[in-house]
Amino acid sequence: MSAVADTHAQDHHHHGPAKGFSRWLLTTNHKDIGSMYLIFSFAMFLLGGSMAMVIRAELFQPGLQIVEPEFFNQMTTMHGLIMVFGAVMPAFVGLANWMLPLMIGAPDMALPRMNNWSFWLLPCAFLILVSTLFMSGGAPNFGWTFYAPLSTTYGPPSTTFFIFAVHIMGVSSIMGAINVIATILNMRAPGMTLMKMPLFVWTWLITAFLLIAVMPVLAGVVTMMLMDINFGTSFFDASGGGDPVLFQHVFWFFGHPEVYIMILPAFGAVSHIIPAFSRKPLFGYASMVYAVGAIALLSFVVWAHHMFTVGIPIAGQLFFMYATMLIAVPTGVKVFNWVATMFRGSLTFEAPMLFSVAFVILFTIGGFSGLMLAIAPADFQYHDTYFVVAHFHYVLVPGAIFGIFASAYYWLPKWTGHMYDETLAKTHFWLSFVGMNLAFFPMHFLGLAGMPRRIPDYALQFADFNMVSSVGAFMFGASQLLFLLIVVKCVKGGEKASAKPWDGAEGLEWTVPSPAPYHTFSTPPVVK
Amino acid sequence: MRVHAKRAGVLLGGLMFPAWSMADWTLNMAPGVTGTSNEIFSLHMTILWICVAIGVVVFGVMFWSIFAHRKSKGAKPANFHENTLVEILWTIIPFVILVVMAIPATATLVDMYDTTESDVDIKVTGYQWRWKYDYIEEDFGFFSNMSTSKDEIYNRVAKTENYLLDVDNPLVIPVGKKVRLLLTANDVIHSWWVPAFGVKKDAIPGFINETWTRVDEPGIYRGQCTELCGKDHGFMPVVVKAVPQEEYDQWVADQRAAAERERELTSKDWSMAELMERGEKAYASACAACHQADGSGAPPAFPALKGSQIATEDMQAHLNVVVNGVPGTSMQAFGDQLSEVDLAAVITYERNAWGNNTGEMITPKEVFEYKNQE
Repeated sequence: MSAVADTHAQDHHHHGPAKGFSRWLLTTNHKDIGSMYLIFSFAMFLLGGSMAMVIRAELFQPGLQIVEPEFFNQMTTMHGLIMVFGAVMPAFVGLANWMLPLMIGAPDMALPRMNNWSFWLLPCAFLILVSTLFMSGGAPNFGWTFYAPLSTTYGPPSTTFFIFAVHIMGVSSIMGAINVIATILNMRAPGMTLMKMPLFVWTWLITAFLLIAVMPVLAGVVTMMLMDINFGTSFFDASGGGDPVLFQHVFWFFGHPEVYIMILPAFGAVSHIIPAFSRKPLFGYASMVYAVGAIALLSFVVWAHHMFTVGIPIAGQLFFMYATMLIAVPTGVKVFNWVATMFRGSLTFEAPMLFSVAFVILFTIGGFSGLMLAIAPADFQYHDTYFVVAHFHYVLVPGAIFGIFASAYYWLPKWTGHMYDETLAKTHFWLSFVGMNLAFFPMHFLGLAGMPRRIPDYALQFADFNMVSSVGAFMFGASQLLFLLIVVKCVKGGEKASAKPWDGAEGLEWTVPSPAPYHTFSTPPVVK
Repeated sequence: MRVHAKRAGVLLGGLMFPAWSMADWTLNMAPGVTGTSNEIFSLHMTILWICVAIGVVVFGVMFWSIFAHRKSKGAKPANFHENTLVEILWTIIPFVILVVMAIPATATLVDMYDTTESDVDIKVTGYQWRWKYDYIEEDFGFFSNMSTSKDEIYNRVAKTENYLLDVDNPLVIPVGKKVRLLLTANDVIHSWWVPAFGVKKDAIPGFINETWTRVDEPGIYRGQCTELCGKDHGFMPVVVKAVPQEEYDQWVADQRAAAERERELTSKDWSMAELMERGEKAYASACAACHQADGSGAPPAFPALKGSQIATEDMQAHLNVVVNGVPGTSMQAFGDQLSEVDLAAVITYERNAWGNNTGEMITPKEVFEYKNQE
C-alpha cells in the first residue's frame, strides 16, 4: 500500500503548514519541531564553539594575553554547558523528532503539544543561561561540573539564574524523553516487533529511559544548591555539617549516564549508515541491542570513577574500577560489529560514510583512553589533566558530533528533497577530521606531561603542543561554517533526491517521497 | 620574536620530520622518582600497549576492508551476518584481557592506600590560592605562595625557566622516609599533585584525606593544583624539595627557631613605619590576589579596599572582618592563617595605603587581646 495518503485526498482533509512565525511557534508537527531542534542546536554549537575559540586563543601562548582568568573560567564553564545541553542533546532530540515517526511508520510523535512545549522551553532556558554573561559578577565560572562549594558559597551571584536554566532544560529533556517512549511503545506500524525496530529507534528508547532516570537527579542536586545559596541550608557546606563530596556523588550519578545519553543515539545512527554504504546487513543486530542495554545498565554503577582522587575507601575504589572496565566489553562488541559489517562489503565513501568511519576509529581511540582512565592507580596521574580533556573530546567530537553530521548528511535528502553538494561535504569532513585530531590529539601528550585542565596559563614546557592544539581548534571551528553553507545550499536547491537516494539504505523512511511530505503514514504501513 | 620563529620552526619540523624534532616534545608520562610513580608508569605502559595491540587488529581489519572491499574496485557484497561463535569470542577475549589488567592495578592501589608506619606527618591545607604546610610533630607551619611575578604573567618581562612553578616556601621532606600527607582545605576543593611522586589527592573542606610518598632521590619536584578552585587555580603550584636527612634536621631546627622568634615579635613595641613595611609584604602574599595590589579589588566578588568604609572607618569592624571573615562570601577568616604581627601589619597597611590616610595603627598586642577576648 501507499505510504502517503494520495495528494488529492490530502488537499481536502489536511492543511499544509500555516504561514509566518505562528507556524513555528504553534506547530505540533514532528518535522517542524525536529527542524527547529536541529537549527537551535547548530546555533548553540556555533556559540559554544566560539567560546572554545576564546579558550584556545588564550592558550595559544603562555602568559595572559586576551582574557583574564575570571573570564577564562566563565568561558570553559559556558562552553561545556552549552555544548552538552544546548548542542549535542537537542541535536539528537531533533533527529529523534524527524526520524522516529518515519522509521516506525507513525504519523507523528505521540504527544505533539508537549513536543512543541519541550522545544520552546529550550530557547528560554538558554536565554537565561547566556544572559548571565552580562550580569554583575559574570557568568558561572565553576566548570560545567559545578562542584560545591565553589559553585555555592563561592559562586557568582548569577548562579541562581544558572540553576533556573538547568531546571528548565531538565523539564524540556524529561518531556522529550516521555514523548519518545510513548511514541516508540505505542505507535509502531503493525508487524514491527521490538526486535524488528531500527537500531536508531532502539538506542533512542534506551536513551529516553536514561534521561527519565537521571534528569530528576540533576534537578535534585541543583535544587540543593539553590537551598544552600538562598535559604541557608548546608547540604554541601562542611562548616554547617554538610558534605562537599555528596555533591559529587549526586552530580556524577546524573553525569555518567548523561555521557551515554550523548553517545547512544549516535551509535544507532551509525548502525544504519555503515550497513547502507557497505551494502551489507549489520553483522549482529541482536547483540547490538543487548550491548546498548548493557552499557545503559552499567552506566548507573560507575559514577565514582570520576572521583578516584576524592578519597573514597579502597573497597569503593576497586568496585568502581572493575565496573568501569567492564563497560569496555559491550562497547567492544559494538565496534567489532561495525567492523565486521564493513568486512567484505561493497564500500563507497559518501559524506555520511566518511563521518561514520571516522566515528568508529576516533571513538575507539576515546574508548581506549577511557579504559586507561578506568585503571584507578593510573587515574591518579591522569585525573584532571589534559589527558581527560583529550579523552572526552575524543568521545564527544568524533563520537557525538560526527555521529550528528553523519546523520544529517544521510537524511538531508529526505528532509529537503535535494542532494547536498558532495564535494563540499567531503571537504567539510576532511577539514573537520584533520582539525579535530590536530586540536585534541596533542592534549594526550600535554596531560601525560602534567598539564592540569581548566587553567588559563601554563608552564613553558607545555607551550609547543598548546600552539599546535590551538591551530587545530581554529581549523576545526572555521570548517563548521562550511557545514552551514552546505545545508543552506541543500535547502535552497540542488539535484532532486529520489525517495531512496542511497542504494544500500533500508527502512521505512525511504518508502516516503523526498522531501518527506508534511504528513506521512496517516495510514500505517505493514511491516513483515 | 625569536621565540615565535623558533616555535614556528619546531612546528613545521614536527609536521615534516617527526622523529627528529620530537626529541624536545614530551609525548609520554615520566616514570617519576618514587616506587608508586614507577608502578603507575608500568601500569600505564601495559594498558597503553594493550590498547595499541587491540587497535592494530581492529583498525587493521577495518583498513583492509576500506582498501580492498570498495565498490569502485568491483567488490561484491557478501551477505553474512550473526555468528554465535565469533560473537562469544569477542565478548570473552576482552573480558579476559581486562581481568589480567585488573590484577596488577589492584595490587598497586592497595599499596597506595597503605598510609601506616609513616616517619613524618605533614598537614597540607588548600587555600584560595596557596598551600599551607604544617609539620604536625614539629609545631611549625608556613604558607607556600607562587613567586612568579605579574610582570611575567602579563608578558611585560621574559618568562623564567620555572614560570608558574616557583614558590616562596617549598615543602621540604627528607629522602628515603615515608612521608604521610594529611590533606584538607579551608574554602573550596583543591587537589595536591606532584607528578614525579605519583601522588594526587583532593583537599576538601571538612574532610581529612591521607596519602603518602617516599622519595629516594634528592631534588626539587614541581606540580600544580589540579581541581578548579576559582580564578587563580592556575597559579597555585606545588614545589617539594627532597633533601638528605641531616639537611632536613637542620632545616627543621631553623624553622622551629624562626617560629619561636615570630611568636616573640607579638610582644615587641611596633612603630607605624615598621608595621607599614611588614604590612605591605603580608598584604601582597595574603590579600592582593583578590583585593589587588593597589586595593582596587575586583567587584562585586572582591570589593575594593581603597577608600572603602571598612578600611577607613570603625577599626573594630575592620579587625572583625579580617580575623573572622565574612560568612557566605569569599572573604576568609584570617585569624588562624596569619600571626598577630601580620594581622596588625595588614590592617595598619590597609588603613594607610592608597590614600586611605587614616593615620591609625593597631599593634600586635591589641590583636592578641582581641582574639583572646572572643
